[in-house]
Amino acid sequence: MSMDLIVGILAGLLVAATPLILAALGELVVEKSGVLNLGVEGMMVIGAFAGFAAKVLTGSYLLAFPAAIFAGMLMGLLFGLLTQILLSNQVASGLALTLFGLGLSALFGAGWTGLTAGAFPRLNALGLPGSLAAGLDVLILLTLALVVATQYVLTRTRTGLILRAVGENHDAAHAIGYPVVAVRMLALAFGGGMAGLGGAYLSLVQTPFWVERMTAGRGWIALALVVFSAWRPFRLLAGALLFGGITILQLHSQGFGLKVDAQVLAMLPYLATLAVLVFMSRSRGAGNAAGRLRAPQSLGKVFTSTT
Amino acid sequence: MPSASPLLVIDGLSKSYPGVKAVDDVSFSVVGGEIHALLGENGAGKSTLVKMVYGLVAPDQGAMSLDGAPFQPRRPAEARARGVGMVFQHFSLFDALSVEENVALGLPQAMATGDLATRITRVSRDYGLEIDPARLVGELSVGERQRIEIVRCLLQNPRLVIMDEPTSVLTPQEAADLFATLRQLRDQGCSILYISHKLEEIRALCQRATILRGGRVVGSCDPRHETARGLAEMMLGATFTLPQRPERTDGAVRLQVVGLTLPAVSLFGVALADINFSVCGGEIFGIAGVAGNGQNELMDVLTGERSGPTNDAVVVDALAVGRAGPHERRARGMAFVPEERAGHSAVPGLSLVENVLLSERFSSRSGMIDWRAVRARANQIVAAFDVRTVGIDHVARSLSGGNLQKFVVGRELLTKPGVLIVNQPTWGVDAGAASAIQSALLELARTGAAVVVISQDLDELFQIATRLAVIAGGRLSPARPIAELTIEGIGQAMGGHHHAHPPAPPADAVERGINA
Repeated sequence: MSMDLIVGILAGLLVAATPLILAALGELVVEKSGVLNLGVEGMMVIGAFAGFAAKVLTGSYLLAFPAAIFAGMLMGLLFGLLTQILLSNQVASGLALTLFGLGLSALFGAGWTGLTAGAFPRLNALGLPGSLAAGLDVLILLTLALVVATQYVLTRTRTGLILRAVGENHDAAHAIGYPVVAVRMLALAFGGGMAGLGGAYLSLVQTPFWVERMTAGRGWIALALVVFSAWRPFRLLAGALLFGGITILQLHSQGFGLKVDAQVLAMLPYLATLAVLVFMSRSRGAGNAAGRLRAPQSLGKVFTSTT
Repeated sequence: MPSASPLLVIDGLSKSYPGVKAVDDVSFSVVGGEIHALLGENGAGKSTLVKMVYGLVAPDQGAMSLDGAPFQPRRPAEARARGVGMVFQHFSLFDALSVEENVALGLPQAMATGDLATRITRVSRDYGLEIDPARLVGELSVGERQRIEIVRCLLQNPRLVIMDEPTSVLTPQEAADLFATLRQLRDQGCSILYISHKLEEIRALCQRATILRGGRVVGSCDPRHETARGLAEMMLGATFTLPQRPERTDGAVRLQVVGLTLPAVSLFGVALADINFSVCGGEIFGIAGVAGNGQNELMDVLTGERSGPTNDAVVVDALAVGRAGPHERRARGMAFVPEERAGHSAVPGLSLVENVLLSERFSSRSGMIDWRAVRARANQIVAAFDVRTVGIDHVARSLSGGNLQKFVVGRELLTKPGVLIVNQPTWGVDAGAASAIQSALLELARTGAAVVVISQDLDELFQIATRLAVIAGGRLSPARPIAELTIEGIGQAMGGHHHAHPPAPPADAVERGINA
């Protein structure tokens, strides 16, 4: 295997993994705060469309990415309004958010199909040499930095401690005097923003044009990744690379001489998701105390202040 | 004696919730360096009152002052900044976080940095509250968890500490250690506002008591000069009869447990080792022990939630039921009240009427549920056991702990069981409801039923049990008639083994306790 091929695969791996990492990292923070938002797919696709539309309208990436983040945040906060303030069921609201996001983006995006956002500059455009730089972009580096930053904030800072405390036991956090709902709304805004950015990476960098439902289930893979990672950012990164690798395998299978139907390969990420979920729940179900301690204890539970 | 200058003055505080005036024009003061008891039944307004002092609830009316300056905390952080700390009844701790992280969460940011672990160790040593800052809270015993709360409080050099029923989960030895810490604090000039429904404890510890009933102050006294009965009567506003233990009867054996040995289900579970006992009709058999020594495991085998090792391990009225499920056992005349009322013995989200159906069938001839009979039974329980509820169609969750417990005990008793197994019948229940529940258990025994009471409350067991055994590390000591035992001796046999994996007590420790 030539050096170029290896570099190409590595770059492709990172490109495929980046939207997953972004969305999953956001959801990880949300779940650490004790909220289960199943609407990642909907937030991603809204972000994908908002970013794409902003780029086409203004021509500026500096406006396009913030637009995607902002749109994702609005979706996250909508979920927060429903579940944290109006106390509706988190699972049902999350599923509704996904359907809403897919529908809304299809509605607004109807006239945008076929337009292109233009090629996103790679690192070699910034003067960096080498074939790896030709395959990577600045958002990949930002994403890797965000993984490190999230790990740091969660484990080393007071902000992270309060977030974890709210997710572990919201009644106790409330009794000590932390604003449970406010903390969760902030986490949801962060999660929405990250999902929006992940979506925009799809529509502006990976395949710079708009197609209805272009997230194609990546939001669900991101959700699975959070469980797979046992709520740890670095394991999430490893998982995203693994899942990204399966996507690459799908794209390059013919280059490797694999004689497998494209449909089978297209199923692989989802089969892997299922396998991982089964494996995870098995290892947690066997009375494994460490496993039980890993999941935030208040995850998905409704918090109502009694005072 | 405490100094005369008031530390905290509460003046006309009121707080209403929809449909109920929780706290109604309450005034009293706590002086520096005293342990001040706040006494009252569940629902008397004690918790709401101290939540207002701690800044968790905003009063509708009234004012407070601390050291002569106005005191209106809007958040617990503000109360803490003024030197008011609180130790909660249900601990405000996080299992998956370390002791140090838990403490840090309750401190202002400026105090939560740097050498926090060192300061935790120092304070815990100074006050005899040994804890290791690096351990995960999930691995700690209840007593150790409480120490974290107290240490967290003490790190802020408080001048007033609020304690909400601190001993309800402790062993007698742990409670004695806690009292030593509290007296040490008092001697250093710190005041303590102490909520409890254990009257003996208040008489031993407190210099003054303010008594609440229905949200109002109904009296104050020096508890050292009152009898427990006098305090209870002030609290209830009614004369109060202590339940009378049944005469020792030598009825036929109705429940027999033989050679019960079972491995632990989970990592934190307790294995049961060769448990043997038998209970006669007309008798109340007490099982004392510190939480986590096999009580829940034993309960599960007695109820049939977990199958016994052999069918002969549990025998009811000469019929082996060791491998029968709960329904079959109920059909044989057994009834059960598990420890956890909300979620185990009752479904919080179902109405009282629906909860009646959980333990007894009401089928009409057509095989449908006979709702009229179910409703009649629900009303009968509410009337017979003085369950205070807005209506039987309200969800179980809406009842206070004591009232729900009365309802659940009533539901089981009205099935007229031959063998009743109850776990912690009066945990977190106020004196009036506890006395009603205990009287009902005694009444059932008098009708010839065999009653097993598993409890951590030794006072309760000594009040109602005919014979007593101690469970420790999954082993049950031989039972002795209550007349041959002392609370101190049993406390020693129970004490010390409060970790997740308690070692079995040496056989002679139980004997010593029993003979003490």
